[in-house]
Amino acid sequence: MTLAYTPSNLDEALQILADHPDTVLVAGCTDLMVVDYAMGRRHDAVLDLLAVPELHGIAVSDDAISIGATTKFREILNHAEVQKNYPMLAEVAGTVGGWQIQNRATIGGNIANASPAGDSLPVLLALGAQVEVRGAAGPRIIPYEAMHLGYRRVDLRPGELITRVRIQKPAANTVQMYKKVGTRAAQAISKVVVGLCATIVDDSVAEIRIGAGSVAATPVRLDRTEARVRGARLEPSLADEAGRIASTEVAPIDDVRSTAEYRSFVLGRVVRRMLLNMISGETGPNSTAGSGS
Amino acid sequence: MTGKGGISFSLNGKAVKVDLDPMSRLLDVVREHCELPGSKEGCGEGECGACAVLLDDEPVCSCLVPLIQVRGRTVRTIEDLETGGVLDPIQEAFVEAGGVQCGACTPGILITLRALLDRNPAPNRTEVREALGGNLCRCTGYEGILRSVEALLPGGDES
Ligand SMILES: Cc1cc2nc3c(=O)[nH]c(=O)nc-3n(C[C@H](O)[C@H](O)[C@H](O)COP(=O)(O)OP(=O)(O)OC[C@H]3O[C@@H](n4cnc5c(N)ncnc54)[C@H](O)[C@@H]3O)c2cc1C
Ligand code: FES
Ligand code: FES
Repeated sequence: MTLAYTPSNLDEALQILADHPDTVLVAGCTDLMVVDYAMGRRHDAVLDLLAVPELHGIAVSDDAISIGATTKFREILNHAEVQKNYPMLAEVAGTVGGWQIQNRATIGGNIANASPAGDSLPVLLALGAQVEVRGAAGPRIIPYEAMHLGYRRVDLRPGELITRVRIQKPAANTVQMYKKVGTRAAQAISKVVVGLCATIVDDSVAEIRIGAGSVAATPVRLDRTEARVRGARLEPSLADEAGRIASTEVAPIDDVRSTAEYRSFVLGRVVRRMLLNMISGETGPNSTAGSGS
Repeated sequence: MTGKGGISFSLNGKAVKVDLDPMSRLLDVVREHCELPGSKEGCGEGECGACAVLLDDEPVCSCLVPLIQVRGRTVRTIEDLETGGVLDPIQEAFVEAGGVQCGACTPGILITLRALLDRNPAPNRTEVREALGGNLCRCTGYEGILRSVEALLPGGDES
């Protein structure tokens, strides 16, 4: 029999983890139980994070939102403040599997599982999110860029768990765009995912962050593309150039789903299209749609 | 702390207590232990939706829910759609309008549609397709399924 801990608060959870560091954390189980089943894997002891009230729910303040690690993507998708000020997060939440998966898959699980194809990760990069992790020694705040240390490795020390994700409210003149290029809107393990967040002042790009997924061992910021675009005037030639830089600045993983070359090509096309949409002003929630085929 | 003495939850309106490994798949618990074989196993990996059940009225893949996480909660399976020998209207519509071919996907689709109709009594085709994005059907191409839902809607009989 698996020993199952169902702590009734966060302190209790952290104490159990400190005393029994080999305990496996379980949240929505949409990654964990797939592997358990495929590998015939069993666990000696698990800790049910869904039992911990402090880890769940979305707190809204004037200048930020704080999303508990066990908040499900369906809850994120349906949240009024997320829809209003963080539309790209609502949008990505709606592309994580179908309805049944969205009802179970948590944002903390998406981060901790750290698949290069994890859909919310490029969006968290683009939104400049911070991750709060906590162990018996107390909390640490990790800027999202620093969260992924390598292929499927996140900055979590033994005894620590992800507690919350905090996102500063984007300025009013910020545009957010998200694109998932996969074979099917729902369920697909995405091939290329891009999240872009930009502030436009007088037809120039004052600030920009672009996160890309499925194109490297970890989700990445497109630093070189951003550097070229930042401060530049928005015009079609800028879009062309940004697309060219984006397609050469990452080293995609070559696997059976699609070749590295194809991914680089698609990445460049997506970035170019996003900048062109910024120029034409097609940046409302619907132009950011376009997940799927 | 653990499931000592069993894990209790509500299953199709009845209180049940199950003394199995807390990481047992809800799918196996309902099919084998509770003898409700209506929920089907297609893939065992969350991809097909044949195993869908309602957990506190939300559709989930029961192949990816561990027993420990249903403690104190409400589970409804396809067996609960029928009341006293009378089919749910959505079941009737599937029979009439050809929503079923081999039937492997049907329980998961019906329970998911019940959840949709409880929230939105008159969904359009896009909303039905969106709700069924996690339910694979290899046979019907979804056309019979969409027609079945439409047959339920006001004015649906004429189309
Ligand atoms: C059919 C299907 C479709 C899917 N489609 C998509 C998709 O389109 N896009 C996508 O990105 N993903 C997809 N996924 C993958 C999965 O649903 C997501 O990665 C999900 O967010 C994982 O969250 P979870 O709560 O289910 O994690 P779990 O499976 O419970 O846990 C995953 C891992 O994270 C660890 N963990 C969980 N929470 C924490 C925490 N708070 N602190 C520390 N460690 C933690 C666990 O120990 C485990 O190792 C899909 C999965 C399935 C089965
Ligand atoms: S058997 Fe559960 S989703 Fe296929
Ligand atoms: S009827 Fe055969 S899979 Fe849907």
